[in-house]
Amino acid sequence: MITATGVSWAYAGRRVVDRVDLLARPGRVLGLIGPNGSGKTTLLRLLHGALRSPTGQVEVDGDPAASLGPREAARRLAVVVQESGGETALTVAEMVLLGRGPHLSTFQRLGADDHALALDCLRRVGADHLGARAFAGLSGGERQRVLIARALAQQATHLLLDEPTNHLDVRYQHEVLGLVRGLVEGPDPTAVVVVLHDLNLAARYCDDLVLLGDGAVVAAGPAGTVLDPAVLEPVYGIGIRRVEVDGQVHLLFQPTHQGAPA
Amino acid sequence: MIPTATPSARPGPAPGRADDPLGLRARRRRTTLWLLGLGAGLVATVLVGVGAGAVGIDPATVARIVGHHLLGLPGTAAVDPTSDAIVWQVRLPRVVLAVLVGAGLAVCGVALQAMVRNVLADPYLLGINSGASTGAAAAILFGLGAGLGQHALPASAFLGAVAASALVLAVARSGGRLTSTRMLLAGVAVGYALSGLTSFLVFASGSAEGARSVMFWLLGSLGLAQWDAPLAVVAVVVILTVALLAVWGRGLDALAVGDETAHTLGVSPDRFRTLLLLVVSLCVAVLVAAAGSIGFVGLVVPHLARRAVGAGHVRVVPTAALMGAILLVWADVASRVLLQPQEIPIGIITSVVGAPFLLLLIRRLHATAA
Repeated sequence: MITATGVSWAYAGRRVVDRVDLLARPGRVLGLIGPNGSGKTTLLRLLHGALRSPTGQVEVDGDPAASLGPREAARRLAVVVQESGGETALTVAEMVLLGRGPHLSTFQRLGADDHALALDCLRRVGADHLGARAFAGLSGGERQRVLIARALAQQATHLLLDEPTNHLDVRYQHEVLGLVRGLVEGPDPTAVVVVLHDLNLAARYCDDLVLLGDGAVVAAGPAGTVLDPAVLEPVYGIGIRRVEVDGQVHLLFQPTHQGAPA
Repeated sequence: MIPTATPSARPGPAPGRADDPLGLRARRRRTTLWLLGLGAGLVATVLVGVGAGAVGIDPATVARIVGHHLLGLPGTAAVDPTSDAIVWQVRLPRVVLAVLVGAGLAVCGVALQAMVRNVLADPYLLGINSGASTGAAAAILFGLGAGLGQHALPASAFLGAVAASALVLAVARSGGRLTSTRMLLAGVAVGYALSGLTSFLVFASGSAEGARSVMFWLLGSLGLAQWDAPLAVVAVVVILTVALLAVWGRGLDALAVGDETAHTLGVSPDRFRTLLLLVVSLCVAVLVAAAGSIGFVGLVVPHLARRAVGAGHVRVVPTAALMGAILLVWADVASRVLLQPQEIPIGIITSVVGAPFLLLLIRRLHATAA
């Protein structure tokens, strides 16, 4: 469980996250949504400690995040960041095994059980056939799956993802988020926090949503209530229609200003 | 119908076999073979390297002499005392220094390339050698540290190198965070400033003889090597650096992927980079003080090592150390033998061999990226 109370961040004097409260519970997918520049990624960084909020605090399973050492934090929180590492010459297996680092002491070498776990994690994301390949040679969708496998290898109880569907085509967007969804419903309840751009993906794969506008929480709660045209329209500045097909919420978008660039 | 995603249908390293799906065992075998081969190669290189020179001595005799001195083995009765003196007093310390400098420069290159995530980084990028040169020039031209006798040159070069690295570290960290870009910029700026200062010292002294010595030193030389305390210092520092970097291999892997990734894997990028910079600076300072600036080894060897055993630093560090050691012994042999009795500065040899090699590497790099 991640609890954030009153966290803020400012870049060059401009508040990009302004006293945000948030709760991520095990067994649920929490989506962070909002327009470009609304502070989604910054908020995620505050949650996993890449940035330390000068106000309020972040607690992970009841312990202040600031009190956790970097390795202990990495044992509790696994993060898939946008930085792809596409320049690296590591193989897929080596990339996944990096996730074991937080569990090993400095002088400890990787063992057979680490290797078995890495293979298992790659299997869970359907990428075990890629194990011996060079990470840099993978497609975007394959890379994303491998990065999720690395996060799994960290055996953390929290999984944070920053726009995992970026640059992926439609099929892989659903594949990746379906995978994340499956983890939550698995045997060990993971708390997932995912930054998403696409509201329809958020509708389909998130249990709860936090809608950010200009760094502040505009709405928070179950996905069905946050994805309300009356709530979303003023934040995104676009006309929105909500339809339900087979019980699944879909949002249709219509520019409000005639002649506005598409 | 064409199968869409069979791994064998795509280029890249050999796909994993059923009993080794991650390709990790194959890689470990490959690394073991490389390390064994390079280890044997290093022993042979040392024996041949010690034997080569104005007076040729065959490797078997070299082995006997070294065995006698190191292990107290009998069997030097047949060896004349001149050969013994040449091998033990003159050539072996020099070859040992070549081994240490080569290994040290190679692993520092590996660490720096990971730290700045740039495959063109080399140990001299941080202005450390410029600082050492300034110190050496001050010693040669103005007799700085003359009280230290024969150690005046390495001692003042070392002080110059330490001062330069302290300056780079202070400038790079002045904004609070030590990012790779800040590190590069600080290193380049300090490097230019100090090489300007060295040129000024040479110019201001007006001593042609002094300028020649500075020049010779700038191009690198192993000629100062003998069994003395500085050689012991070099040995200790290089061995510790290789060991530390190998132990920190996983951290280097994480840092080489990216700062944010390193952070999420429990490696604090700022702190780790500062620690690495301290270790690498100290090692390079000691090496430059002992042998001057020897270019290209720290730049090229990491690439060779990665090509041999892959990118994981736990394997790259020892491989690069052995490769650098072998390479520098041969470069030193070439510098002694090619223009006998004249000695070519070793930095010229490594540059002449290293530059075309680098061009080849860049071509390959583009070929694999495309």
